[in-house]
Amino acid sequence: MDQTRRVPLSEIYRTFFVIGLFSFGGGLVSWIYRDTVDVRKWMSREDFLPGVALAQVMPGVSSTNCAIYVGQILRGWLGALTAITAMLSAPFLISLAAAWAYKSLLHIPGFQETMIGVAAAAIGMLMRTGVEAARPQIRDISAMAVMIASFLAVGVFRFPLVPVICVMGPISVALAWPSAKAEGAK
Amino acid sequence: MNADTLIRIFTIIAPLSLASFGGASSIYAPMQHEVVDIEKWITAREFLDLFAISRAMPGPGSLFCTLVGWQVAGLAGAIIASIAIYLPSSLVVYGVGHVWSRHRGKRWHNALEKGLNPLGAGLLFAGVVTLAKLASDGFLPIAIIGVVCALNVWKPKIHPVIFLISGGALCYGAYAFA
Repeated sequence: MDQTRRVPLSEIYRTFFVIGLFSFGGGLVSWIYRDTVDVRKWMSREDFLPGVALAQVMPGVSSTNCAIYVGQILRGWLGALTAITAMLSAPFLISLAAAWAYKSLLHIPGFQETMIGVAAAAIGMLMRTGVEAARPQIRDISAMAVMIASFLAVGVFRFPLVPVICVMGPISVALAWPSAKAEGAK
Repeated sequence: MNADTLIRIFTIIAPLSLASFGGASSIYAPMQHEVVDIEKWITAREFLDLFAISRAMPGPGSLFCTLVGWQVAGLAGAIIASIAIYLPSSLVVYGVGHVWSRHRGKRWHNALEKGLNPLGAGLLFAGVVTLAKLASDGFLPIAIIGVVCALNVWKPKIHPVIFLISGGALCYGAYAFA
Protein backbone atom coordinates (compact mmCIF):
# COMPACT_ATOMS: atom_id res chain seq x y z
CA MET A 1 0.00 0.00 0.00
CA ASP A 2 2.59 2.57 -0.96
CA GLN A 3 1.14 6.01 -1.31
CA THR A 4 2.86 7.42 -4.36
CA ARG A 5 0.25 10.16 -4.63
CA ARG A 6 -2.42 11.25 -2.18
CA VAL A 7 -5.70 11.09 -4.02
CA PRO A 8 -7.83 14.12 -3.01
CA LEU A 9 -11.09 13.27 -1.26
CA SER A 10 -12.94 15.44 -3.76
CA GLU A 11 -11.71 13.19 -6.58
CA ILE A 12 -12.77 10.08 -4.69
CA TYR A 13 -16.17 11.66 -4.17
CA ARG A 14 -16.55 12.62 -7.81
CA THR A 15 -15.55 9.18 -9.09
CA PHE A 16 -17.84 7.20 -6.81
CA PHE A 17 -20.70 9.65 -7.23
CA VAL A 18 -20.75 8.94 -10.97
CA ILE A 19 -20.49 5.18 -10.41
CA GLY A 20 -23.43 5.33 -8.00
CA LEU A 21 -25.51 7.50 -10.30
CA PHE A 22 -25.33 5.07 -13.20
CA SER A 23 -25.44 1.87 -11.18
CA PHE A 24 -28.12 -0.36 -12.60
CA GLY A 25 -28.33 -4.07 -11.94
CA GLY A 26 -24.94 -5.22 -10.74
CA GLY A 27 -21.53 -5.48 -12.37
CA LEU A 28 -20.39 -2.51 -10.33
CA VAL A 29 -17.25 -4.04 -8.90
CA SER A 30 -15.74 -4.35 -12.37
CA TRP A 31 -16.69 -0.73 -13.01
CA ILE A 32 -14.92 0.37 -9.83
CA TYR A 33 -11.90 -1.64 -10.99
CA ARG A 34 -11.85 0.06 -14.38
CA ASP A 35 -12.18 3.55 -12.91
CA THR A 36 -9.71 3.25 -10.06
CA VAL A 37 -7.09 0.89 -11.50
CA ASP A 38 -7.20 1.20 -15.30
CA VAL A 39 -8.30 4.78 -15.87
CA ARG A 40 -7.08 6.74 -12.85
CA LYS A 41 -4.25 4.42 -11.77
CA TRP A 42 -4.93 5.10 -8.11
CA MET A 43 -3.81 1.62 -7.15
CA SER A 44 -2.30 -1.51 -8.61
CA ARG A 45 -4.25 -4.53 -9.74
CA GLU A 46 -2.58 -6.51 -6.94
CA ASP A 47 -3.88 -4.05 -4.36
CA PHE A 48 -7.38 -4.07 -5.79
CA LEU A 49 -8.05 -7.78 -6.28
CA PRO A 50 -8.16 -8.89 -2.61
CA GLY A 51 -10.91 -6.31 -2.21
CA VAL A 52 -13.12 -8.14 -4.69
CA ALA A 53 -13.10 -11.30 -2.60
CA LEU A 54 -13.48 -9.31 0.61
CA ALA A 55 -16.47 -7.39 -0.76
CA GLN A 56 -18.08 -10.66 -1.79
CA VAL A 57 -17.47 -12.56 1.43
CA MET A 58 -18.40 -9.89 3.95
CA PRO A 59 -22.02 -9.06 4.77
CA GLY A 60 -23.52 -6.20 2.80
CA VAL A 61 -23.67 -5.29 -0.86
CA SER A 62 -20.49 -6.15 -2.76
CA SER A 63 -20.35 -2.83 -4.62
CA THR A 64 -20.50 -0.63 -1.52
CA ASN A 65 -18.15 -3.00 0.31
CA CYS A 66 -15.70 -2.65 -2.57
CA ALA A 67 -16.02 1.15 -2.41
CA ILE A 68 -15.13 1.05 1.28
CA TYR A 69 -12.10 -1.13 0.60
CA VAL A 70 -10.81 1.16 -2.14
CA GLY A 71 -11.50 4.32 -0.13
CA GLN A 72 -9.70 2.81 2.83
CA ILE A 73 -6.61 1.97 0.81
CA LEU A 74 -6.51 5.44 -0.73
CA ARG A 75 -7.21 7.63 2.29
CA GLY A 76 -7.97 5.55 5.38
CA TRP A 77 -11.31 5.91 7.17
CA LEU A 78 -12.00 9.31 5.60
CA GLY A 79 -11.53 7.80 2.17
CA ALA A 80 -13.84 4.91 2.99
CA LEU A 81 -16.51 7.25 4.32
CA THR A 82 -16.17 9.52 1.29
CA ALA A 83 -16.41 6.64 -1.18
CA ILE A 84 -19.55 5.05 0.29
CA THR A 85 -21.28 8.40 0.86
CA ALA A 86 -20.51 9.43 -2.71
CA MET A 87 -21.73 6.16 -4.11
CA LEU A 88 -25.03 6.31 -2.24
CA SER A 89 -25.88 10.01 -2.39
CA ALA A 90 -27.39 10.15 -5.88
CA PRO A 91 -29.31 6.83 -5.62
CA PHE A 92 -30.58 7.87 -2.18
CA LEU A 93 -32.13 11.08 -3.48
CA ILE A 94 -33.41 9.53 -6.71
CA SER A 95 -35.04 6.63 -4.86
CA LEU A 96 -36.74 8.96 -2.40
CA ALA A 97 -38.04 11.07 -5.26
CA ALA A 98 -39.39 7.89 -6.87
CA ALA A 99 -41.00 6.77 -3.61
CA TRP A 100 -42.58 10.19 -3.25
CA ALA A 101 -43.91 10.05 -6.81
CA TYR A 102 -45.15 6.52 -6.13
CA LYS A 103 -47.50 7.75 -3.39
CA SER A 104 -49.13 10.26 -5.71
CA LEU A 105 -49.41 7.78 -8.59
CA LEU A 106 -51.19 5.13 -6.49
CA HIS A 107 -54.69 6.37 -7.31
CA ILE A 108 -54.16 6.16 -11.09
CA PRO A 109 -56.15 3.21 -12.46
CA GLY A 110 -53.88 0.40 -13.56
CA PHE A 111 -50.85 1.70 -11.68
CA GLN A 112 -50.92 -1.07 -9.08
CA GLU A 113 -51.20 -3.70 -11.80
CA THR A 114 -48.28 -2.16 -13.65
CA MET A 115 -46.15 -2.20 -10.51
CA ILE A 116 -46.76 -5.94 -10.10
CA GLY A 117 -45.37 -6.47 -13.59
CA VAL A 118 -42.29 -4.37 -12.80
CA ALA A 119 -41.80 -6.28 -9.54
CA ALA A 120 -42.21 -9.63 -11.32
CA ALA A 121 -39.53 -8.68 -13.86
CA ALA A 122 -37.23 -7.61 -11.02
CA ILE A 123 -37.85 -10.92 -9.24
CA GLY A 124 -37.02 -12.76 -12.47
CA MET A 125 -33.68 -10.94 -12.69
CA LEU A 126 -32.97 -11.67 -9.04
CA MET A 127 -33.69 -15.34 -9.71
CA ARG A 128 -31.18 -15.30 -12.54
CA THR A 129 -28.56 -13.96 -10.13
CA GLY A 130 -29.49 -16.89 -7.90
CA VAL A 131 -29.04 -19.35 -10.75
CA GLU A 132 -25.58 -17.91 -11.45
CA ALA A 133 -24.67 -18.10 -7.76
CA ALA A 134 -25.93 -21.69 -7.53
CA ARG A 135 -24.08 -22.99 -10.59
CA PRO A 136 -20.61 -23.32 -9.01
CA GLN A 137 -22.12 -25.17 -6.02
CA ILE A 138 -23.68 -27.98 -8.03
CA ARG A 139 -20.70 -30.30 -8.13
CA ASP A 140 -19.97 -29.93 -4.43
CA ILE A 141 -22.28 -31.97 -2.20
CA SER A 142 -21.63 -30.09 1.04
CA ALA A 143 -22.05 -26.72 -0.70
CA MET A 144 -25.34 -27.90 -2.18
CA ALA A 145 -26.48 -29.08 1.25
CA VAL A 146 -25.65 -25.69 2.80
CA MET A 147 -27.42 -23.86 -0.01
CA ILE A 148 -30.58 -25.91 0.26
CA ALA A 149 -30.58 -25.87 4.07
CA SER A 150 -30.22 -22.08 4.25
CA PHE A 151 -32.92 -21.66 1.62
CA LEU A 152 -35.33 -23.92 3.50
CA ALA A 153 -34.54 -22.40 6.91
CA VAL A 154 -35.14 -18.78 5.90
CA GLY A 155 -37.37 -19.06 2.83
CA VAL A 156 -39.72 -21.88 3.80
CA PHE A 157 -39.60 -22.36 7.58
CA ARG A 158 -39.14 -18.62 8.15
CA PHE A 159 -36.45 -19.01 10.80
CA PRO A 160 -34.92 -15.66 11.77
CA LEU A 161 -31.89 -14.78 9.66
CA VAL A 162 -29.35 -13.95 12.35
CA PRO A 163 -29.42 -17.29 14.21
CA VAL A 164 -29.43 -19.15 10.89
CA ILE A 165 -26.25 -17.31 9.86
CA CYS A 166 -24.63 -17.91 13.25
CA VAL A 167 -25.22 -21.67 12.94
CA MET A 168 -24.84 -22.23 9.20
CA GLY A 169 -21.91 -19.86 8.62
CA PRO A 170 -19.33 -21.68 10.78
CA ILE A 171 -20.60 -25.11 9.67
CA SER A 172 -20.31 -24.14 6.02
CA VAL A 173 -16.82 -22.66 6.37
CA ALA A 174 -15.69 -25.74 8.31
CA LEU A 175 -17.08 -28.00 5.56
CA ALA A 176 -15.20 -25.97 2.96
CA TRP A 177 -11.92 -25.99 4.90
CA PRO A 178 -10.50 -29.34 3.73
CA SER A 179 -10.82 -28.38 0.05
CA ALA A 180 -9.71 -24.76 0.53
CA LYS A 181 -6.39 -23.80 -1.03
CA ALA A 182 -3.84 -21.12 -0.46
CA GLU A 183 -3.30 -19.23 -3.69
CA GLY A 184 0.46 -19.09 -4.26
CA ALA A 185 2.58 -18.00 -1.31
CA LYS A 186 3.28 -14.27 -1.20
CA MET B 1 -44.17 7.45 19.42
CA ASN B 2 -42.19 8.66 16.46
CA ALA B 3 -38.86 8.22 18.22
CA ASP B 4 -39.92 4.71 19.21
CA THR B 5 -40.65 3.89 15.59
CA LEU B 6 -37.26 5.17 14.50
CA ILE B 7 -35.50 3.12 17.16
CA ARG B 8 -37.50 0.07 16.11
CA ILE B 9 -36.55 0.61 12.45
CA PHE B 10 -32.92 0.67 13.51
CA THR B 11 -33.11 -2.39 15.74
CA ILE B 12 -34.86 -4.41 13.04
CA ILE B 13 -32.49 -3.52 10.22
CA ALA B 14 -29.07 -3.22 11.89
CA PRO B 15 -28.77 -6.95 12.78
CA LEU B 16 -29.86 -7.84 9.24
CA SER B 17 -27.02 -5.69 7.93
CA LEU B 18 -24.52 -7.95 9.68
CA ALA B 19 -26.32 -11.03 8.40
CA SER B 20 -26.74 -9.86 4.80
CA PHE B 21 -24.40 -12.39 3.22
CA GLY B 22 -24.74 -12.35 -0.52
CA GLY B 23 -26.11 -8.79 -0.51
CA ALA B 24 -29.56 -7.28 -0.24
CA SER B 25 -31.47 -10.33 -1.45
CA SER B 26 -30.83 -12.22 1.80
CA ILE B 27 -32.83 -9.70 3.83
CA TYR B 28 -36.12 -9.69 1.89
CA ALA B 29 -37.54 -12.67 3.78
CA PRO B 30 -36.76 -11.36 7.30
CA MET B 31 -37.74 -7.79 6.35
CA GLN B 32 -41.11 -8.96 5.05
CA HIS B 33 -41.66 -10.90 8.26
CA GLU B 34 -40.77 -8.00 10.56
CA VAL B 35 -42.20 -5.05 8.68
CA VAL B 36 -45.33 -6.55 7.12
CA ASP B 37 -46.31 -9.49 9.35
CA ILE B 38 -45.23 -8.35 12.82
CA GLU B 39 -45.16 -4.54 12.86
CA LYS B 40 -47.80 -4.15 10.13
CA TRP B 41 -46.15 -0.85 9.12
CA ILE B 42 -46.75 -1.45 5.43
CA THR B 43 -48.91 -3.85 3.43
CA ALA B 44 -47.59 -6.77 1.41
CA ARG B 45 -48.51 -4.78 -1.69
CA GLU B 46 -46.48 -1.76 -0.64
CA PHE B 47 -43.57 -4.03 0.26
CA LEU B 48 -43.57 -5.43 -3.25
CA ASP B 49 -43.94 -1.98 -4.82
CA LEU B 50 -40.99 -0.62 -2.83
CA PHE B 51 -38.94 -3.61 -3.95
CA ALA B 52 -39.85 -2.84 -7.57
CA ILE B 53 -38.89 0.84 -7.12
CA SER B 54 -35.57 -0.05 -5.51
CA ARG B 55 -34.74 -2.26 -8.47
CA ALA B 56 -35.87 0.23 -11.10
CA MET B 57 -33.81 3.08 -9.64
CA PRO B 58 -30.01 3.29 -9.63
CA GLY B 59 -28.15 2.14 -6.54
CA PRO B 60 -27.61 -1.09 -4.64
CA GLY B 61 -30.62 -3.28 -3.85
CA SER B 62 -30.31 -2.54 -0.16
CA LEU B 63 -31.64 0.97 -0.81
CA PHE B 64 -34.87 -0.98 -0.45
CA CYS B 65 -34.43 -0.50 3.31
CA THR B 66 -34.20 3.24 2.77
CA LEU B 67 -37.53 3.15 0.94
CA VAL B 68 -39.17 1.12 3.70
CA GLY B 69 -37.86 3.66 6.23
CA TRP B 70 -39.27 6.48 4.11
CA GLN B 71 -42.67 4.82 3.78
CA VAL B 72 -42.87 4.16 7.53
CA ALA B 73 -41.46 7.38 8.99
CA GLY B 74 -40.64 9.88 6.27
CA LEU B 75 -37.21 11.43 5.77
CA ALA B 76 -36.02 10.60 9.30
CA GLY B 77 -37.06 6.99 8.71
CA ALA B 78 -35.18 6.89 5.41
CA ILE B 79 -31.99 8.22 7.00
CA ILE B 80 -32.17 5.91 10.03
CA ALA B 81 -32.90 2.88 7.82
CA SER B 82 -29.96 3.74 5.55
CA ILE B 83 -27.58 4.05 8.47
CA ALA B 84 -28.92 0.79 9.90
CA ILE B 85 -28.38 -1.20 6.71
CA TYR B 86 -25.02 0.29 5.66
CA LEU B 87 -23.14 1.19 8.83
CA PRO B 88 -22.79 -2.21 10.58
CA SER B 89 -21.66 -4.18 7.53
CA SER B 90 -19.41 -1.31 6.42
CA LEU B 91 -17.67 -1.26 9.80
CA VAL B 92 -17.01 -4.98 9.47
CA VAL B 93 -15.56 -4.55 5.98
CA TYR B 94 -13.45 -1.64 7.18
CA GLY B 95 -12.21 -3.57 10.20
CA VAL B 96 -11.42 -6.74 8.29
CA GLY B 97 -10.00 -4.86 5.30
CA HIS B 98 -6.64 -4.18 6.98
CA VAL B 99 -6.07 -7.78 7.97
CA TRP B 100 -7.45 -9.08 4.71
CA SER B 101 -5.11 -7.28 2.30
CA ARG B 102 -2.10 -8.14 4.47
CA HIS B 103 -2.90 -11.87 4.35
CA ARG B 104 -3.93 -12.07 0.71
CA GLY B 105 -4.09 -15.51 -0.88
CA LYS B 106 -4.18 -17.36 2.44
CA ARG B 107 -6.10 -20.56 2.85
CA TRP B 108 -8.71 -19.08 5.18
CA HIS B 109 -9.69 -16.57 2.49
CA ASN B 110 -10.55 -19.40 0.18
CA ALA B 111 -12.37 -21.30 2.95
CA LEU B 112 -14.49 -18.23 3.76
CA GLU B 113 -15.33 -17.73 0.10
CA LYS B 114 -16.17 -21.36 -0.50
CA GLY B 115 -18.18 -21.60 2.72
CA LEU B 116 -20.14 -18.37 2.50
CA ASN B 117 -21.00 -18.39 -1.21
CA PRO B 118 -23.49 -21.28 -1.00
CA LEU B 119 -25.01 -19.69 2.09
CA GLY B 120 -25.54 -16.45 0.17
CA ALA B 121 -27.03 -18.35 -2.77
CA GLY B 122 -29.51 -20.17 -0.53
CA LEU B 123 -30.58 -16.91 1.13
CA LEU B 124 -31.02 -15.31 -2.28
CA PHE B 125 -33.49 -18.01 -3.26
CA ALA B 126 -35.27 -17.48 0.06
CA GLY B 127 -35.66 -13.82 -0.95
CA VAL B 128 -36.91 -14.77 -4.40
CA VAL B 129 -39.57 -17.10 -2.94
CA THR B 130 -40.72 -14.48 -0.43
CA LEU B 131 -41.14 -11.87 -3.15
CA ALA B 132 -42.65 -14.27 -5.67
CA LYS B 133 -45.36 -15.21 -3.16
CA LEU B 134 -46.28 -11.54 -2.81
CA ALA B 135 -46.35 -11.08 -6.58
CA SER B 136 -48.18 -14.29 -7.48
CA ASP B 137 -51.45 -12.55 -8.15
CA GLY B 138 -52.68 -14.66 -11.03
CA PHE B 139 -50.79 -16.38 -13.82
CA LEU B 140 -49.18 -13.41 -15.57
CA PRO B 141 -46.70 -12.27 -12.86
CA ILE B 142 -45.47 -15.84 -12.39
CA ALA B 143 -44.99 -16.22 -16.13
CA ILE B 144 -43.07 -12.93 -16.21
CA ILE B 145 -40.77 -14.08 -13.39
CA GLY B 146 -39.99 -17.31 -15.25
CA VAL B 147 -39.54 -15.77 -18.68
CA VAL B 148 -37.38 -12.88 -17.46
CA CYS B 149 -35.18 -15.31 -15.53
CA ALA B 150 -34.77 -17.58 -18.55
CA LEU B 151 -34.16 -14.70 -20.98
CA ASN B 152 -31.64 -13.18 -18.61
CA VAL B 153 -29.71 -16.44 -18.31
CA TRP B 154 -29.76 -16.78 -22.09
CA LYS B 155 -28.91 -13.15 -22.92
CA PRO B 156 -27.22 -11.50 -19.93
CA LYS B 157 -26.47 -8.32 -21.89
CA ILE B 158 -30.08 -7.16 -22.12
CA HIS B 159 -30.42 -4.00 -20.03
CA PRO B 160 -32.40 -4.50 -16.79
CA VAL B 161 -34.59 -1.47 -17.53
CA ILE B 162 -35.90 -3.19 -20.66
CA PHE B 163 -37.14 -6.11 -18.56
CA LEU B 164 -38.73 -3.83 -15.97
CA ILE B 165 -40.57 -1.76 -18.58
CA SER B 166 -41.74 -4.86 -20.48
CA GLY B 167 -43.01 -6.49 -17.29
CA GLY B 168 -44.91 -3.36 -16.32
CA ALA B 169 -46.30 -2.91 -19.82
CA LEU B 170 -47.50 -6.51 -19.99
CA CYS B 171 -49.38 -6.27 -16.71
CA TYR B 172 -50.83 -2.89 -17.60
CA GLY B 173 -51.96 -4.34 -20.94
CA ALA B 174 -53.60 -7.27 -19.19
CA TYR B 175 -55.40 -4.82 -16.91
CA ALA B 176 -56.45 -2.43 -19.67
CA PHE B 177 -57.74 -5.08 -22.05
CA ALA B 178 -59.27 -7.42 -19.49
